[in-house]
Amino acid sequence: MDKKIYERPVIIKQQMGFMNKFGSAPANQPLTHIDNVSVVEMAEKYGSPLFVFSEKKIRQNYRNLNRIFKTRYPKVQFAWSYKTNYLNAVCSLFHQEGAWAEVVSEFEYERARKLGVKGENIIFNGPDKTIEGIKKAIEEKAKIHIDHFDELYDIINITEKYNLKADVGIRVNMDTGIYPKWDRFGFNYENGEAVQALKRIISNERLNLVGLHTHIGTYIMSTEPYKIAAQKLVVLANMLIDQYDIKLDYIDLGGGLPSHNTLKGQYLEAEQLLPTLEQYADAITSPLYDLNLSPSEFPTLFLENGRVLIDDAGFLVSKVLANKRLSDGRRSTVIDAGVNLLFTSFWFKHKVRPAQVSSTYTESATLYGPLCMNIDIIRDDVVLPTLKKGEYLVIMYVGAYSVTQWMQFITLRPNIVMITEEGKIEQLRKSENLDYIMEQEILPEKLKEFSI
Amino acid sequence: MSNYKVFDNLAVSESGFLFSPSTGESFTLNPIANQILHLLKQGETINQIKEKILSEYDIDESSLEKDLDDFINQLINYKIVEEK
Ligand SMILES: Cc1ncc(COP(=O)(O)O)c(C=O)c1O
Repeated sequence: MDKKIYERPVIIKQQMGFMNKFGSAPANQPLTHIDNVSVVEMAEKYGSPLFVFSEKKIRQNYRNLNRIFKTRYPKVQFAWSYKTNYLNAVCSLFHQEGAWAEVVSEFEYERARKLGVKGENIIFNGPDKTIEGIKKAIEEKAKIHIDHFDELYDIINITEKYNLKADVGIRVNMDTGIYPKWDRFGFNYENGEAVQALKRIISNERLNLVGLHTHIGTYIMSTEPYKIAAQKLVVLANMLIDQYDIKLDYIDLGGGLPSHNTLKGQYLEAEQLLPTLEQYADAITSPLYDLNLSPSEFPTLFLENGRVLIDDAGFLVSKVLANKRLSDGRRSTVIDAGVNLLFTSFWFKHKVRPAQVSSTYTESATLYGPLCMNIDIIRDDVVLPTLKKGEYLVIMYVGAYSVTQWMQFITLRPNIVMITEEGKIEQLRKSENLDYIMEQEILPEKLKEFSI
Repeated sequence: MSNYKVFDNLAVSESGFLFSPSTGESFTLNPIANQILHLLKQGETINQIKEKILSEYDIDESSLEKDLDDFINQLINYKIVEEK
């Protein structure tokens, strides 16, 4: 006779005072397959932890957002925010879908160029552009978004010295009602700095003013700030039309649309709380129709969305290392993925689901990483079935700002794979090895030997 | 290995709901925990319980021992059993 499936004995104290009106907290259902591929099989083949991306989901996200904006404002151009995820495969996928590249450093600029993106299809943002970087971007006809006056003067000097003409825009910061105000990037709208910068650009014949840019923040939870931002850029654009007869090529509203990750301290799930993408698109596009232009002269709307396009296409598979009781009786589960791989767990309550069908009995637990540090908490409190050592979990919605912000610490960074639309598993990045890490180090001669 | 005695006044239902009149606290147990507690109530020793679980369920001895230790410790903390 076959033996019964075992699960750990569990006793849970009922906390009447904490029960909500929905009864006990819902358990997280198992996620055994991603795009029909077995999670456990992937983890056994490529090791744990393992980042998994879904090509299908990325393309769906892009096509969906593109459609939502295009039906409201036909001239839309996305530029993929490299910092959100600059794996070559991911960038190339977005470029295949038609997105330009949005970069904020020379490193990212060079990545885009190496991948085959033409300079003219790169938006160069950020406060840290070197003289060489600016010169190259000018020569390659990238759209340079000027961040501050020092950079404006650098650009003017370069164009004079090398006899160049530059396509530029400015980044504008403004009060959109968001707290804290993002006023450290770009030129301020309210105090007139933005207008001053625009005038300075217009008066220089080597500078060709092509666009206005703003990026009002990230994970913006309401539509109103976008509306205000679009309105303010339209005021500036109309000023340029009326006073200087300058018709911009584009207006760039940046990124910032939220993904369906729930913030810490947020009671409702993100899905229940956030406006729809259609509502955001309405807020962004409707003010554009106040431009003093005939329809054929309308500028292109640029968007630089990152997280909303990739977050839910990324998964982190992780293995259970141990179960423990904390001194107060709470359960804790230690897994092999720490916060060094998942910075975003400082802000988000990432959904966690078991990768195999297990017990229907659930218990709330703290999920720790393996880092031997107190801060290494993936989830403070998550309801999960009892998991045995060696079983796998899937941490959800980790496609954005994970594999660009991850840190090598104590162990090596793991493999990254993508499930293609055809159901194949492609490896996108190899796990690191000791040589790769040591290669960059230099051990001074006098420290090469010791005897203990 | 020590053995344990379940406090007399505890009410445990078939479905694994447990109420302790002395502390006013209530608990839920999953089926295997419920089974173990019933066996303890019947006065079975930890070794007997271990044998029974091993013969019935697909689990190796050392994993079971760890889980049992953990479970018994919780029962002690919650004042459901005491050492004999
Ligand atoms: C200038 C700029 N554009 C776009 C983005 C992408 O933002 P998000 O991922 O919130 O869409 C960022 C990220 O901070 C940014 O700084």
